Amino acid sequence: MQRRGTSISRGKFLKMMGAAGVAGSTLSVLSCQPNTSATGGGGGSGGGPEEKELALYNWSDYVAGSTIPGFQKETGIKVTQDFFASNEDLLGKLQAGATGYDVIVPSDYMVAIMVKSDVIQKLDKSKIPNIKNVGENYMGLSYDPNNEYSLPYQWGTTGILYNKKEVGKLDSSWDAMWDKQFEGKMAMLADSRETIGAALYKLGYSVNSKNQDQLQEAEAELKKQQPLLRGYFASTEVRPLVMNGDILLGHVYSGDAFLAMSENEDLDYLIPNPRATRWTDNMSIPNGAPHPDNANKFINYILDAKVGAALSNYTYYNTPNEASLPDIDPALKDLPGYTLASDIFERLEVIEDVGKTTREYERIFTEVKSA
Amino acid sequence: MGEKGRGWNLGLAGLLTPVTIWLGLFFLIPLLLILAYSFGTSGVYGGITLGFNPGNYLKVFDPLYLQIIGRTFFIAALTTLLCLALGYPLAYFIVFKGYRRRNLLILLVMVPFWTSLLIRAYSWVVILSGNGIANKFLQFIGVTDEPLTLIFTPEAVLMGMVYSYLPFMILPLYASLEKFDTRLKEAAKDLGASRWQTFWRVTFPLSMPGVIAGSILVFIPSAGEFVIPQLLGGSRTVMTGTLIQTQFGAARDWAFGSALSVMLAVLLLAAILFYVRRVGTDKLEGM
Repeated sequence: MQRRGTSISRGKFLKMMGAAGVAGSTLSVLSCQPNTSATGGGGGSGGGPEEKELALYNWSDYVAGSTIPGFQKETGIKVTQDFFASNEDLLGKLQAGATGYDVIVPSDYMVAIMVKSDVIQKLDKSKIPNIKNVGENYMGLSYDPNNEYSLPYQWGTTGILYNKKEVGKLDSSWDAMWDKQFEGKMAMLADSRETIGAALYKLGYSVNSKNQDQLQEAEAELKKQQPLLRGYFASTEVRPLVMNGDILLGHVYSGDAFLAMSENEDLDYLIPNPRATRWTDNMSIPNGAPHPDNANKFINYILDAKVGAALSNYTYYNTPNEASLPDIDPALKDLPGYTLASDIFERLEVIEDVGKTTREYERIFTEVKSA
Repeated sequence: MGEKGRGWNLGLAGLLTPVTIWLGLFFLIPLLLILAYSFGTSGVYGGITLGFNPGNYLKVFDPLYLQIIGRTFFIAALTTLLCLALGYPLAYFIVFKGYRRRNLLILLVMVPFWTSLLIRAYSWVVILSGNGIANKFLQFIGVTDEPLTLIFTPEAVLMGMVYSYLPFMILPLYASLEKFDTRLKEAAKDLGASRWQTFWRVTFPLSMPGVIAGSILVFIPSAGEFVIPQLLGGSRTVMTGTLIQTQFGAARDWAFGSALSVMLAVLLLAAILFYVRRVGTDKLEGM
């Protein structure tokens, strides 16, 4: 599953190439080691002070220009950043024994998997006083109920970016994505959980369903939808398609919608009824991280009010940091779907790991795509 | 004499050592690893337990996956045929009509290799999109009023594959035709053969090593392709390469992914053996 897609949040063409290269090298997972030197053992191995270094393993284009220089200035710790293209890439590398990363940014369901497969370590909350800034809606989520292993980095929703001028104001259901009058003018995410999830939501079921009958109903819905679509894409690919008019409706992550809307007034973003996804990307420290102290410092730094605001003003995603809210760009805050009323927030569902059923989801998605 | 021969053999052994180590480390061992993985059992959260589990291979026989493998071979064969149809006349032209510009022309064939395949595939997305150059041009010359759907179709995938792999066909054809002794054409003409007969009875059979090598060089990467169907096909033309990528990624099923990889390799080998048998191995001797 890919959260940020192959990732160009700002039409950064060459960066995209880099990330896609990362995606292409999935098979070489076993030989991949980060450039920082490895030290064995679990975190916090006592002894002398740590080197002034930190290795961040992140989605591409997911820090503000000021984020890393600011940390280096404040602490004197030099940050090197590597990029991954999907949560599974990240998991695969850690499972294959990659060491040398200090902070990683897994999405919600992946945190749960990483705890179960024992590849991340507990945070040292005594070193993260800024934890107080995190809003209660973003703490204690099912994937890490006590936030022992993770703290939120950014969050967002998954919904429909559409051309209001051409389509008119949509009603609030998922039905538009199945509407024959938009044939050839729609795209869904190339992500099994999100796209099967949209069908499950439409049918009134949970995005985390493991019920065979429900999944079969969802498959039938998606097979009806498939011929109406232009295809299945990464969210960052859907955005330009909607912006340049190739399609009218696209299934996207909220940050891509907000970026498109801030450049084109004809566009609107819908978080459909009855349910839609909210997701969270988190900061965690892998086992064997060479600089766990620096990692805890970095997490604390990100949860600072100003730093968090600068980050979200760059990514166009939402901040879990309530102290940052006053500094969020007002133009961003006013976009529909950015600041959520509590009744909307309450009908958002978090994607959880479904264990063995993951493979069933993948099989269904393959079957739908090749139908 | 005997001593000299042994010295030569030792020298050859010395020269072969680096490549043996290289291929052993980076080709043979990973290949054996994939073979071992294909009989393993995938953990629910990724990772793999080695053992003897033939279930991964049984799963390949799911009609859904067989259909995808069938489609893959069909698209790869079509790509190969189209590359041959486009590449042969070009190679022929460069060799027989290129004269002193031969080297320049063959260099131009190789130019696309200087840029990453991903960037080239992306430029097709830009060219073929609704308000891309292709649609603008078609509207300008009055072929259509509304933008045509040129991208995210199976045809776009096929076009992208032919575009990407065409040089792999042209280069061996060029190498093979370049060695052609033009006096044979004159001889055929003297003996009363028409130009058509000369081509099919003399030139083409003698260029078979190039045809075979080119076909294999195009067919194998085409059958394993996974980027182009995603970028130009909107992920709706599912090929085996994409399916394998999914197993190593989102499905976290490395064992099944490995079994699919092994099956693909075996089927490719069988297809190539069949092809070479059919056309005749003796034809390869000119290589």
